[in-house]
Amino acid sequence: LLSMADGGYSFSLTTFSPSGKLVQIEYALNAVAAGSTSLAIRAVNGVVVATEKKLPSTLIDVASVQKIALMSENIGLVYSGMGPDFRVLVRKGRKLAQKYLRTYNEPIPMSQMVHGLAQIMQEYTQEGGVRPFGVSLLLAGVDDAGPSLYQVDPSGSYWEWKATAIGKHMINAKTFLEKRYNDDMELEDAVHTALLTLKEGFEGEMTEEGVEIGVVGPDRMFRVLTPAEVKDYLQEAEHQPNVCRDGLFSQTTTDVR
Amino acid sequence: RVAMSIMQYNGSAVLAMKGKNCVGIASDLCFGVQGRMITTNFRKTFRMQEKLYLGLTGLATDVQTLHERLEFRLNMYKLREGREIKPSTFASVISNVLYAHRFGPYFVEPVVAGLDDTNTPFICGMDLIGAPVTPPDFVCAGSNTEALFGTCETMYRPDMEPEELFEVLSQCLLASIDRDALAGWGAVVTIITPEGSFTRTLKGRQD
Repeated sequence: LLSMADGGYSFSLTTFSPSGKLVQIEYALNAVAAGSTSLAIRAVNGVVVATEKKLPSTLIDVASVQKIALMSENIGLVYSGMGPDFRVLVRKGRKLAQKYLRTYNEPIPMSQMVHGLAQIMQEYTQEGGVRPFGVSLLLAGVDDAGPSLYQVDPSGSYWEWKATAIGKHMINAKTFLEKRYNDDMELEDAVHTALLTLKEGFEGEMTEEGVEIGVVGPDRMFRVLTPAEVKDYLQEAEHQPNVCRDGLFSQTTTDVR
Repeated sequence: RVAMSIMQYNGSAVLAMKGKNCVGIASDLCFGVQGRMITTNFRKTFRMQEKLYLGLTGLATDVQTLHERLEFRLNMYKLREGREIKPSTFASVISNVLYAHRFGPYFVEPVVAGLDDTNTPFICGMDLIGAPVTPPDFVCAGSNTEALFGTCETMYRPDMEPEELFEVLSQCLLASIDRDALAGWGAVVTIITPEGSFTRTLKGRQD
């Protein structure tokens, strides 16, 4: 008796519905929407990614959980959705980056990395015997074209953003970001804003154990901040009044949930 | 009929030199088979981009094929990346292509010459399996590199202006190919500067 894996299906499991939708992709997006919030902001001199680290039990060693991954020296990414699916993409993406480096002796540009990952995710919506990835990715990097931020969806679509959020509290987060974002933002401001945005939807008290932050600046080296560094930023955010850059008080968005 | 190395089957000579904010690349024009001249208009230098030239010595069929393959790679690069390739990156691509055929190689010895995006001169030579060398002065390749090295070592000096570079490059090449039975029948020299490039054909000894 041949199982699906043994037989190897040569036809796609992702098929069109009469309305023209690929339902599997819709469901994949649901998996993303159920995942903990991640967001990213592009500043004039770099990009910041931030995510909630919501763990099902206090017994889990928080330090061992890493949601933000390094793709290459100058590119990092975060996800919302299924962790194991994310790991597969990180592995493939890292190989892509290294292959590029081996061929051209140049770090892979963001546009090429994004395109490569998007292509892989699209293949998994059309190939035989596989299902789409249950993650949306936020890629952050700096290359010759400057700092950039991209989102890639389970369908393989991608967009470049100035600032965005994905996952559970994405709607509120994006509303908050729309009010807060301005084109002159520097990396430090962006980190603060990212933390404030995460705080909006955070259930319970937000500590350095509950969030993960990654930054890439003009040095083109992506890195994840240590818990100590995150704690510093949190304390600054604590003492900073809720003021927009133009000096007006902002209205805190009420969490509808 | 003479038994000779496959790299000497069709003679050739390619030379590249660095000048002050400029580079030059030159080749002979002979296409011959084991000493018997067939045509005298076979260039071994190719314009890949406005400020990037490729020189290929060795087996003529591989010179042609590799030029086409690399042009293909370059076109795909431009389409995918939306930008022109840097000379050093192009050299890496060539190295990659050649090593991919490590155990059944292309019988060529490429030379890359160009100005990068900051108009800094770049020259590079390679063996047939892609081992690159980036010297600060000049690169020689062909069926009589000993002669080429000799003339270059003697006549080269750093920081030459475009016209000076043209003169030295031409003299070095012509003197060397006159000593090579398999290469010659004229030469073509290209000088690349930040403002543009110029190419001139030389009439040397027609034997």
